[in-house]
Amino acid sequence: MAAPRHRRRGFSRRVRYGLFAGYVIATVGLVLAFALLLVARFDPRAFGTLRGIVVDASALFTGVGRAGVRGFHAAADEMGAYFDAGSQNSSLRRQLAAERRAVIAAKAIMVENARLKKLALLTEHLPRPILSARLIGSTPSGQRRFATLAAGTAEGVRPGMTVRSSEGLVGRVFESGIFASRVLLLTDGETAVPVRITRSSIAALATGQGDGTMEIRGLMAGGRPFRRGDLAVTSGTGGVYAPNIPVAVITEVRSDRAIARPLADPARADFAMVYPVFQAPVAELPVQPKP
Amino acid sequence: MIGRPDNPYAVKPPFRTIAVPVGSILLGSTMGLVPIIATEPIVPPFGLMLLLAWRLLRPEIWAAWAALPLGLADDLISGHYLGTSMMLWTVALLVLDWVDHVLVWRDWWMEWLIAAVAITAIDMGSWAVSQPLESRTSITTLLPQLIAAILLFPIVLRLTALLDRWRLKR
Repeated sequence: MAAPRHRRRGFSRRVRYGLFAGYVIATVGLVLAFALLLVARFDPRAFGTLRGIVVDASALFTGVGRAGVRGFHAAADEMGAYFDAGSQNSSLRRQLAAERRAVIAAKAIMVENARLKKLALLTEHLPRPILSARLIGSTPSGQRRFATLAAGTAEGVRPGMTVRSSEGLVGRVFESGIFASRVLLLTDGETAVPVRITRSSIAALATGQGDGTMEIRGLMAGGRPFRRGDLAVTSGTGGVYAPNIPVAVITEVRSDRAIARPLADPARADFAMVYPVFQAPVAELPVQPKP
Repeated sequence: MIGRPDNPYAVKPPFRTIAVPVGSILLGSTMGLVPIIATEPIVPPFGLMLLLAWRLLRPEIWAAWAALPLGLADDLISGHYLGTSMMLWTVALLVLDWVDHVLVWRDWWMEWLIAAVAITAIDMGSWAVSQPLESRTSITTLLPQLIAAILLFPIVLRLTALLDRWRLKR
């Protein structure tokens, strides 16, 4: 079939001018779009109000269907649980006994820790969560990894705050509307979390890879510092994330680097807690002392 | 079509003729709001696929600048930097204008090929544009989305044809 001949200029001056104006507007729009991209490159939080309004509007769409999806997940899990009920029961009993012993030991250590901290006059200001809210959606068709949180500036959620679930760190608030906000997930390429390996207390940096995993690089060069199954928790360096929040488990070691999977699966997390920035940057610069 | 705007005898086309294409593309963009929380891009870009389908089916209803507002809406919904889809979709429509002049005779597989190339190029472009400076995201994360989009395109084209028939029904 022949393609329809559109854009034919013909004899009408009006049609010709109309076509020409269309191309002019398209070119001007291209330049404008490029300028917008440049603005975004230097200030990713630009146009926050406009984007916030869209986040709010899209939360209305997403929030309705989310309950159904969650019910579907739960039903699938329950059906799966019937098939291996017998063998799972005995192994769970064994695990429970072991865990109970570990919990008693951990409680003793906690008490001792508190006593030692008091002795050393060490004070910590661990932040308290501001609120808990539901994670209701994400941007599954875009190239960035955002989740939508059902709380916004009306409840005091501001960009930069930390979001975690009961399993571990989820991410940071990227932009917020009035009653919904976007959370930059751990797996996004922009995320970088200073972590510590619990087994060896080596400091490392975990960065998102965009495909559901994170890459962990040691801050010291050389050696093979990671093992499969190592747990990475936040180290508190830099002051954004509070220390000792579980982040990821190492699943694969590549010489001096490792691939890790985040512990908190945002797809299954019902609620996420929002924490303020651990230690806000100093607002006033220290004044130079007078001679 | 050509005449004074206050001509009382001119037949005004119903609102539906333009609302259906624009509305369906916007609806395709909001498919990115399905209530799942994905840790990798898995949902194909339905807004882009519908725009390409409408453009291949009915080139004459689109002005050259039509992709600018549609792309802006897609950027806002999908969380890309503002301007990503605005720029890439407009460039794609301009290139398609040129393709229409080169390829006069077209078959269904040629339209599929054109759409596949366009979707791949635009997805890679938006991947490149949305990389933060210190990012390490691999380009292979695009693959599931791309394969799904290319395989689903003929269905989207059929759906568009159905919508088009309904749109022009009297």
